[in-house]
Amino acid sequence: MNAEVKMMRTAAEAAYADALTALPAPEAIRSLREKALRLFAEKGLPHRRVEEWKYTDLRALIREMPPLAKGADGAAIAEAKKNSVLTNIGAREITFVNGAFVAELSNLKGLEKGLSITTLADALAKDASLVTLLAKINPNKYDAVFALNTAALNEGILIEVAPGAQITQPIHVRHIVTGTSPVSVFGRAVVKVGAKAQATLVQSHVGPDTVAYQTNTVLQLSVADDAELDVVRVQAEGDKAIHLSMMIGAIGNESRFRSFALTTGGAASRHTVPFAYAGRNARATIAGATLLRGKQHADTTLEIDHAMPGGESRELYKTVLDDEANGVFQGLIIVRPDAQKTDGRMMSAALLLGDNAEMDNKPELEIFADDVQCAHGATTGALDDDLLFYLRARGIPKKEAESLLIQSFFGEAVETIENAKIRDAVMNLAGGWLAARS
Amino acid sequence: MALLEVKNLQARVEEKDILRGLNLTVNPGEVHAIMGPNGSGKSTLSYVLAGKSDYEVTGGSATLEGEDLLELEPDERAARGLFLAFQYPIEIPGVASMTFLRTAVNAVRKKRGDEELSTPDFLRLVREKAKELNIDQNMLKRPVNVGFSGGEKKRNEILQMAMLEPKMCVLDETDSGLDIDALKIVADGVNRLRAKNRGFLVITHYQRLLDHIVPDVVHVMAKGKIVRTGGPELAHELEAKGYAAYDNAA
Ligand SMILES: Nc1ncnc2c1ncn2[C@@H]1O[C@H](COP(=O)(O)OP(=O)(O)OP(=O)(O)O)[C@@H](O)[C@H]1O
Ligand SMILES: [Mg+2]
Repeated sequence: MNAEVKMMRTAAEAAYADALTALPAPEAIRSLREKALRLFAEKGLPHRRVEEWKYTDLRALIREMPPLAKGADGAAIAEAKKNSVLTNIGAREITFVNGAFVAELSNLKGLEKGLSITTLADALAKDASLVTLLAKINPNKYDAVFALNTAALNEGILIEVAPGAQITQPIHVRHIVTGTSPVSVFGRAVVKVGAKAQATLVQSHVGPDTVAYQTNTVLQLSVADDAELDVVRVQAEGDKAIHLSMMIGAIGNESRFRSFALTTGGAASRHTVPFAYAGRNARATIAGATLLRGKQHADTTLEIDHAMPGGESRELYKTVLDDEANGVFQGLIIVRPDAQKTDGRMMSAALLLGDNAEMDNKPELEIFADDVQCAHGATTGALDDDLLFYLRARGIPKKEAESLLIQSFFGEAVETIENAKIRDAVMNLAGGWLAARS
Repeated sequence: MALLEVKNLQARVEEKDILRGLNLTVNPGEVHAIMGPNGSGKSTLSYVLAGKSDYEVTGGSATLEGEDLLELEPDERAARGLFLAFQYPIEIPGVASMTFLRTAVNAVRKKRGDEELSTPDFLRLVREKAKELNIDQNMLKRPVNVGFSGGEKKRNEILQMAMLEPKMCVLDETDSGLDIDALKIVADGVNRLRAKNRGFLVITHYQRLLDHIVPDVVHVMAKGKIVRTGGPELAHELEAKGYAAYDNAA
């Protein structure tokens, strides 16, 4: 281990290596974890000279590693119960508190036909080959968040929808952090939707304000041929938290995928979406609304990889930045030589409310096929004075007029959510953000 | 007391003097028309009264029922009873017409000390007023003015006016872009609102509108001032002779 430790450049990197080395590993995943840890030890946290991390310098951001969370005791569970984000959407809830699966706050009973939900530990005990899936999906490229998440692999959930099953009740995976002292929390969720099946997944992340905890969650999705999956994600972490997350997706022939991400929380966050078109004629919408204030920083990085022909992708991100907040959108659409007839459209629009707010927008196209239609756009602007005046001339006070315009701005992205209950609940959360504007 | 009293009003935009000492008094119940060549400052007057921040008031005063308008925020002016029907109503994508109307009506009612309207009462009111103005309900399902024709936008302005029940209505070329039937509908809409405690300032280029909305007083504006004031017959005279006589009057 000496050689590895020498590679560590910062105290935080060394602390991660130590803590994760000491973490007992179940047999089934031991070698996977060791491999990931070795990789992390070699490459460490990315910094601003690493192109994909230019705007979110993890080495500068993560100065230390809080101790690994010790799961959920009675007090933690009691605190988690008070959390009410998206509890009114009629979903089946699966709850993790401080990284630990909490059966008491999860509903695994009466699963619809074709739906299977298993903790990763149980799933691995039954079928060790699952390990390859956990390691897979993005094997060629080093990603510190993925490496750390894999090195810390412990608890998680496996959700499988059998071919042909239509699961109507949304499945809500909740990641709740509790307590008053900083912890490090890891989580993994794997969702497999079989051919011609359909499901809706919701994922939420919440935690206490004023506590500098860190979370790292990876969601792995695979959508088989002719299948349909909707994903809605809400990141409403506490105001001092660092939130690192990935949504890794692969979609099959003629499949349909929609995702929406609401980001309002954390002192700093990074959400990376490596997304592969593994089949022909697949269609995906990847949308999001990011609402930040104070000195918050949130980075969304998409990597849309069209490897097969006939794919359609729509990316729409709306970012609202108040005060001195910093938004980052990096969106890359790759169209590989075989991906003829790809139709990709990406748009990232930012609304700056604060004089010192800043948006870093980096849309990119890498096209290697000739018969494709791809476009991207990025805009940054302030509220339109003429629109504001029109509203105010009708008696609507300034703040309310601004709220109407801000809401209409991010509303376009929220509208992409198919499920009306979830859409309304997300709109409410966003409305809460607006109402708290000073 | 005068409803609207404008005294020696001077305003500029981007370093350019537009209003150069304008005087105007509208008493309760009166309809005044303002006519004048393009660029004489008619819209500027309406914007200055409504409180658009691009315009800098450099002198003079404007009061509504004795209260200094120029000190108030635009929404407060609206709540006090000033209404401007815009010459060019803008589109507000993403803001639903009904949400907008309801927010406006209730904001104004709240400031005036009235109860907010319940949803059924509000809907009933919109339906009634929209019908009077021949506005299709389906139009109101769209975002504010989005996809409305020029004439529809103008009618929508009058709908807002009817909903907000202002005291002093400033109509900036509400007739331009209206077909003959729509002109009649809009004029009827305005006439329905005529009341002894309400005043109108109708900016127009055409005598035609004034056949329907018969004014008590007609003003000619040129180069940022009122240069002549008369009765309804003045509009006929302008229609016949044009503004040539006033070009140098200011
Ligand atoms: N925001 C602005 N920036 C620069 N110039 C302006 C602005 N608004 C008005 N002006 C100028 O002020 C003058 C008066 O314009 P205004 O729109 O008030 O005229 P008007 O009498 O309403 O004309 P019309 O009959 O064509 O509507 C014009 O010369 C116009 O170009
Ligand atoms: Mg004008």
